[in-house]
Amino acid sequence: MKHREQDVIVIGGGHAGCEAAHAAARTGVRVALVTLDQKGIGAMSCNPAIGGLGKGHLVREIDALDGVMGRVADYAGIQFRLLNRKKGPAVQGPRAQADRARYRHAMQKEIYNCPGLEIVLGEAVDLNIVDGRVCGIVMADGSKLHSKAVVLTTGTFLRGVIHIGDASHPGGRMGERPSVRMAERLDGFGLPLSRLKTGTPPRLDGRSIDWSGLEMQPGDDDPTLFSFRSTTPMARQISCGITHTNDKTHEIIRQNLGRSAMYGGHIEGVGPRYCPSIEDKVVRFADKMSHQVFLEPEGLNDHTIYPNGISTSLPRDVQEDYVRSISGLENAIILQPGYAIEYDFVDPRALTPALALRDVPGLFLAGQINGTTGYEEAAAQGLVAGLNAARLSQELEPVHFSRTTSYIGVMIDDLVTKGVSEPYRMFTSRAEFRLSLRADNADQRLTSLGRDLGLVHDTRWELFSTKAEALELARLRLGRYSFSARELAGQGININPDKERRTGLEALSLSDSTFDQIASLAPELADISTDIREQLKRDALYATYVERQNRDIASLRKDEADVIPSDFVYSGIPGLSTELQLKLNRTRPATLGHAARIDGMTPSALLLISARLKRKQVARPA
Amino acid sequence: MDTIFALATAQGRAGVAVVRVSGPDARLAVERMTGALPDHGRSLRPVRGPDGSLIDNALILTFEKGRSFTGEQVAELHLHGSTAIVAVVLRFLGEIPGLRQAEAGEFTRRALENGCLDLAQVEGLADLIDAETEAQRQQAVRVFSGALGDLAERWRAALIRSAALIEATIDFADEDVPVDVSPEVSALLTAVRVEMAQEAEGVRIAERIREGFEVAIVGPPNVGKSTLLNRLAGRDAAITSEFAGTTRDIIEVRMVLDGLPVTVLDTAGLRQADDQVEQIGIERGTARSLAADLRIHMIDPGGHPTLEEKEGDIVVQSKVDIGASDGVGISGLTGQGVDGLVSRISTTLRERTARVGVAMRERHRMAMLGAIRDIDAAIRMMPNAVEQADVLAENLRSAIRSVDSLVGRVDVEDILGEIFSSFCIGK
Repeated sequence: MKHREQDVIVIGGGHAGCEAAHAAARTGVRVALVTLDQKGIGAMSCNPAIGGLGKGHLVREIDALDGVMGRVADYAGIQFRLLNRKKGPAVQGPRAQADRARYRHAMQKEIYNCPGLEIVLGEAVDLNIVDGRVCGIVMADGSKLHSKAVVLTTGTFLRGVIHIGDASHPGGRMGERPSVRMAERLDGFGLPLSRLKTGTPPRLDGRSIDWSGLEMQPGDDDPTLFSFRSTTPMARQISCGITHTNDKTHEIIRQNLGRSAMYGGHIEGVGPRYCPSIEDKVVRFADKMSHQVFLEPEGLNDHTIYPNGISTSLPRDVQEDYVRSISGLENAIILQPGYAIEYDFVDPRALTPALALRDVPGLFLAGQINGTTGYEEAAAQGLVAGLNAARLSQELEPVHFSRTTSYIGVMIDDLVTKGVSEPYRMFTSRAEFRLSLRADNADQRLTSLGRDLGLVHDTRWELFSTKAEALELARLRLGRYSFSARELAGQGININPDKERRTGLEALSLSDSTFDQIASLAPELADISTDIREQLKRDALYATYVERQNRDIASLRKDEADVIPSDFVYSGIPGLSTELQLKLNRTRPATLGHAARIDGMTPSALLLISARLKRKQVARPA
Repeated sequence: MDTIFALATAQGRAGVAVVRVSGPDARLAVERMTGALPDHGRSLRPVRGPDGSLIDNALILTFEKGRSFTGEQVAELHLHGSTAIVAVVLRFLGEIPGLRQAEAGEFTRRALENGCLDLAQVEGLADLIDAETEAQRQQAVRVFSGALGDLAERWRAALIRSAALIEATIDFADEDVPVDVSPEVSALLTAVRVEMAQEAEGVRIAERIREGFEVAIVGPPNVGKSTLLNRLAGRDAAITSEFAGTTRDIIEVRMVLDGLPVTVLDTAGLRQADDQVEQIGIERGTARSLAADLRIHMIDPGGHPTLEEKEGDIVVQSKVDIGASDGVGISGLTGQGVDGLVSRISTTLRERTARVGVAMRERHRMAMLGAIRDIDAAIRMMPNAVEQADVLAENLRSAIRSVDSLVGRVDVEDILGEIFSSFCIGK
């Protein structure tokens, strides 16, 4: 089959691949999405949920840049919960249970309808390299596709091996085959590869569950959606069930540990520090009497239940035993056993902050292949890789996201600077500027940038511009007012009435003040809409902290401005230890700030590098 | 990586001179002069020049890599301390390819680089070398031996634990983690704060130990201040004359009083002066005296202190060689009572030094004060630990960064590691 010449080829139709292809196409270049199975596009391999703490922030940011995950999740969402609702906005994370079929359907629609995006069915088995540059791919049937850049997003398919107990077979996902030839090609580049593992629980038939005695968890009354463009849920809303493991469950598991793929020694890959499998939980926290299990419906028209919290790689018969020991699941039927999957990933320190492989020009990597876990982490990387692949094809400079302005930036910086020793999952605590990087202000942080880069199209831009103007205007109006402390205290705000006057914005930054209280003192402000009021309040609440953080951010930016040339020589700097030299050569930091975050970096070593940099700068001829 | 060498002991004639060589070629280089040496040990060897002639018989210490001051391979020649011997040895070393003279502080820098010393220890070492008095030495040894590092580690561990507990309630809100972590966090924060406040106060004192306390002698004109100063200093530092109004400005004399470094200030006699120059001198003297650590108020018989008396100040009646006193009396001229006075001064100052902690520098104090501010803010938020978890966590992070600047670094990974080892997270 003859295909047209492409600018960018994306291999893989998972979360990373879809965002990558869509992002590249939005910037106006010609994109091909190559996938083994069309029905696999938009599939959720594991937990039928999107978002959470940290993860929800990533989805908001993807949406702020006009990516697809947020919109699709909103369409498919059947239970929405804002986590940490009672805590400050900086740590609130939107989360939704999704109907698998709706998610897939909506994602496929986005991909099919995306202008400039062509889907190619088949297996990409090799890269086409000419003069050391990637200039396309080779398909299993021998045909070649040409492009200027390639984005590889193969997820868990690289030499994926599925384990159930002591039975294992190759697979990228249950029922789908792995990519072995591409893995061999990557080997050939001499890239640092390691193995990771991740797990999934057995799927249960909801009709065989006794829900009567179980606690139910409904969604929020006032659901918070992902996309800045969404207004209400589009699917019927449901509740999740909650149950617990017990002594009997734990006993069964303990007795059969030797038959678990992980504990039986069949898996070499490294798992996370936390406990993805029920075996881990039982072993590591032996005195915990019970563990929570969330029974999550996989779809409105689907009886499948995803029991979140009991991932396992125990043999099928043991799974049946321990599942049936759980309250409510005494007669549960397992539709599909849980399994562990082991797969290759590439050490992300081999990547630039644009997610390009330093040693293989024209090749970008995104998603689980870089050692991350989670749909959201994969999608965010996909967006960045797709954007930069498109820019490469147009001979534009790559875009680096900074950890000072986005969680996307935090994640990529963590990956390319520190590498991974366990599957990388986003948490809000990873962001030192958490108070500035909130889920509610993702659009304020990123949408303008997205517009400049060609990622943000008109619909979103108009929506955002209107909101930004309204916000700015409201801020100005609020700032013009000045209230005495006495007046404010009179409204019930907790403030010493003898203190100095506050402007409207300052008054709003007091933790227990509300816009309504201030509007009582200034009725003229009553016409400001609820949305804007809420946003103003959130922004004001953190104003002093953001100011403080801005100082730290400024010094970080200074370090990030100290560019280290790509040919900088670390060996031969007197006083720089061999160990650090090795790490520096492996990571090849782009800036001094980047270098500072390398594990084991010392202040004196930084001084040495900085001194050498300055000397080089002085020596450069005018 | 160059191999460096330098004279490690002071210049000039002495019993022993130590030349230190550090780097990958250290032992090989010295072996050119001495013959074969053990990897790690001591030897007595003849030291020969390039022409084979004997320079000296010396004790040679060799240290293998990882077991030396700098962390590199080190060889030291303990030579007889003749400038001629030292000169020949240094010239010889300078001519060996791959060797060069060390820059100032370079051995210490390598020790820091190789992780043998942390930043605070380096500063402690500098102070140890600079120590002139016993109190300074004791102080410097405490810091050099890593006591500050140990303290900072303890605080860091407590703060990370607190941060981890708060972060757990944030990032794992939908999992099985305890919601009420307040009791443990409050206890940890209070404990750290108390210790830190003590240390911060101690720094001020420690600075004094490093720089020297200031003791001002104040009193009316011609009461005998300058005489006293001269007696304390043992030389005619101040101009004494029998007429009032001699000391125009402030005379400072640095001395060691009973093992403590003290700068004694002699100020112009306090009175309403007609002479404008004298008046300016008096104002300056007054200001400086009030800022000093201690004042000795000298009075005439029947007189009273003219300057404000602060806690710890000593009042003495002067010129008891002429007339007796019913309080503390001294005579700067004869020396009567002066020993007693010195003893009282030193006791008072020592009482303060007993409260000295381990941190020594202003930067340590600033870091600790910053951390205390953040911890106080966090403690204030504890009643609302749930609603204000985000800003609470931010204050804890800021405190950790300050403690961190005392010695090392902390990473988000440390906090995550702490969380995962304590709670079963796995949804």
